[in-house]
Amino acid sequence: MRFLLTAEQREFGRTLDGMLGACGTPSAIRAWASGDAKPGREVWARLAAAGVFGLAVPQEHDGSGLLPVELTVAFHELGRHAVPGPLAETVAAAAFLGRLGDGAAAAALLPGIASGTAVVSLCMDGPYALDADAADAVLTVRDDTVHRTARHGPVQPCADPARRLARPLDGVLLARGPAVTAAAAHALDIARLATAAQCLGLGRALLDGTVSYVKERTQFGVPIGSFQAVKHRLADTLIALEFARPLVHAAALALATDAPAAARETAAAKVAAGEAAYAAARTALQLHGALGYTDELDLSLWIRKARTLRDAWGTPAECRARVLADPPDGN
Amino acid sequence: MDLDVTDAEEAFRGEARAWLAAHVPATPLPSLETAEGFAAHRAWERRLGADRWSAVSWPTEYGGRGASLLEWLIFEEEYYAAGAPGRVGQNGISLLAPTLFAHGTEEQRARILRPMARGEEIWAQAWSEPEAGSDLASLRSTAVRTDGGWLLRGQKTWSSRAAFADRAFGLFRSQPGTPRPHQGLTYLMFPLDAPGVTVRPIGRLDGKPAFAELFLDEVFVPDADVIGEPGAGWRVAMSTAGNERGLTLRSPGRFTAAADRLTALWRANAAPSDTALRDRVADAVIGARAYQLFTYANASRLASGEALGAESSLNKVFWSELDIALHETALDLLGPYGALADDADDAPEHGSWAEGYTFSLAGPIYAGTNEIQRDIIAERLLGLPKGRR
Ligand SMILES: Cc1cc2nc3c(=O)[nH]c(=O)nc-3n(C[C@H](O)[C@H](O)[C@H](O)COP(=O)(O)OP(=O)(O)OC[C@H]3O[C@@H](n4cnc5c(N)ncnc54)[C@H](O)[C@@H]3O)c2cc1C
Repeated sequence: MRFLLTAEQREFGRTLDGMLGACGTPSAIRAWASGDAKPGREVWARLAAAGVFGLAVPQEHDGSGLLPVELTVAFHELGRHAVPGPLAETVAAAAFLGRLGDGAAAAALLPGIASGTAVVSLCMDGPYALDADAADAVLTVRDDTVHRTARHGPVQPCADPARRLARPLDGVLLARGPAVTAAAAHALDIARLATAAQCLGLGRALLDGTVSYVKERTQFGVPIGSFQAVKHRLADTLIALEFARPLVHAAALALATDAPAAARETAAAKVAAGEAAYAAARTALQLHGALGYTDELDLSLWIRKARTLRDAWGTPAECRARVLADPPDGN
Repeated sequence: MDLDVTDAEEAFRGEARAWLAAHVPATPLPSLETAEGFAAHRAWERRLGADRWSAVSWPTEYGGRGASLLEWLIFEEEYYAAGAPGRVGQNGISLLAPTLFAHGTEEQRARILRPMARGEEIWAQAWSEPEAGSDLASLRSTAVRTDGGWLLRGQKTWSSRAAFADRAFGLFRSQPGTPRPHQGLTYLMFPLDAPGVTVRPIGRLDGKPAFAELFLDEVFVPDADVIGEPGAGWRVAMSTAGNERGLTLRSPGRFTAAADRLTALWRANAAPSDTALRDRVADAVIGARAYQLFTYANASRLASGEALGAESSLNKVFWSELDIALHETALDLLGPYGALADDADDAPEHGSWAEGYTFSLAGPIYAGTNEIQRDIIAERLLGLPKGRR
């Protein structure tokens, strides 16, 4: 057993971190929130060049084949830098199309996903498609059908301003039948895994930003980070994140080997990472005081993301139910 | 990255499982915190030791099996899944033995480890004092130089199972008036029936004599029973204190087995509409899995030559809170039966949930309180400034 990232996987994460750090994501997030997708799409293009969106695309469609562990490494960094856009949706759409067994549908979208020219939103989890206005295509799964559309209703304001929600409209039927249901179940697992990894990165950024702040900010003549109530809250934040991390990695391994436990493991990872990130956001807000309550503070972009990511692709309650859904010996 | 085990490890699992299936008592032993239960557990410890299952990770020459850390984790999973008894030899095996491997002399290892592995000598930890709990370095019991050894004087307290144990290990002030309290301490071992030792059992929350106070009046300890250099006791003790907080005291097998039992209890008892309870069961299951995986990651780091430091404080806070959550949820599932003490005739599952619950409540207190652990995490892992303490 070697339950640790390899040197290459860690290096992949560091490269993405460095690259995203240089992109200045806060201004891209603010532009995205106001409906200007251009700076965000530029970030996407660079991520695609680094191979991020090919991680769920089969090799015959210019991807690397499904690599769930690398996907978690990448999404950790996407979360850390709060990259805007339908990130989990795009890789889940790729996983969906890869499983669907429909060559034409796959050929139409997968190479574009891998190269970053196709931003695809996947809608199967509630009424709204994420970022339909910025996406090149929206795939909508209902029961055992999947439709493709480019049209959508009005964009609804969201608690996370960088999430642009709209109802997808009609569209073309791509496929129907049990293959759709099976592909959708697989896509759900990938979406949960990607979201969980994104939550971990988001939570880590919230923790790091808050740790720096409490070392600088002084009250009563000392840094607030020397107060025990402050320290303990940050220690708890670290504990929650550090114990969610191995769940995310184990879920990735389960998906990599197509293990029967994959759905349960991704649900567990999603609960733990989502709750840890959300708690990190609450802590970040509290320890920044009123400054944390302003939208001028860049960290507020991270704070506002945490709750919606925690609830995306399965609320904690849904995921907890999934964890217990299998009989004990069913794996 | 993988979670695969080798064929040899799988074979080791099979061997452990078969041995446990053949030997674990059909009805649980009485509580090890009582005289009768202690005797029964000591007999069990001997049974384990006779077939070299009491300290699997030790070298064979000391009665172990030379098992790797991963094999030890596998053994623990099997041990708890089999519902085997609590380990009365644990203080010696998981706290003193690692100290002796790291700092003891060859003579000490040869003399002490075999009887420990065979369950013939049960050890108690004598660190805490009435005035020295979290601030352990403020301890006042003394060791004064005498011919061929030391004379101990003072008082130790909260010493787990010292009421029934054979020997104890602890820290004593051998150089009064050092500039810092951590200096001039000596780490040594003494028999609990030595002249000058008085043991007074203390009832714990449920009345069982689970720990004891030790009064020491001119207790002679030969030089051969000093661990490491005289005066360097703090460093010796701290170098292995991580064991108490981290993996070797609380293997994940304990919690994964409890989570499986909890899930079974929930399936048998809970109303499907009670989603609040369901969520708590799920969180306990997720927490146990997280702890198991976190331990695998640490084991992988150790296997690749990395050292662990303050990370054991993360473990400590996590497992102690998980343990309470597991047991509280079980008691809630048991409804009216949850209120029964573990020795009540009607107590479900032989009172194991009730007893486990009482014990879990101590988790955030012993092995360094969780407040102290959070300070360590904040200062050493997050780099926050030291506060006033
Ligand atoms: C079941 C059980 C078994 C034990 N077994 C053993 C044993 O075998 N051998 C042994 O030597 N000891 C043993 N102990 C003792 C244990 O190690 C001590 O209880 C522990 O170190 C805490 O010390 P204390 O009880 O004196 O609490 P105190 O140090 O008095 O602390 C009381 C409270 O104040 C808090 N506190 C203290 N200082 C700070 C601070 N700086 N910041 C924030 N909060 C603080 C503590 O966290 C705690 O909540 C056992 C305890 C229990 C409950």
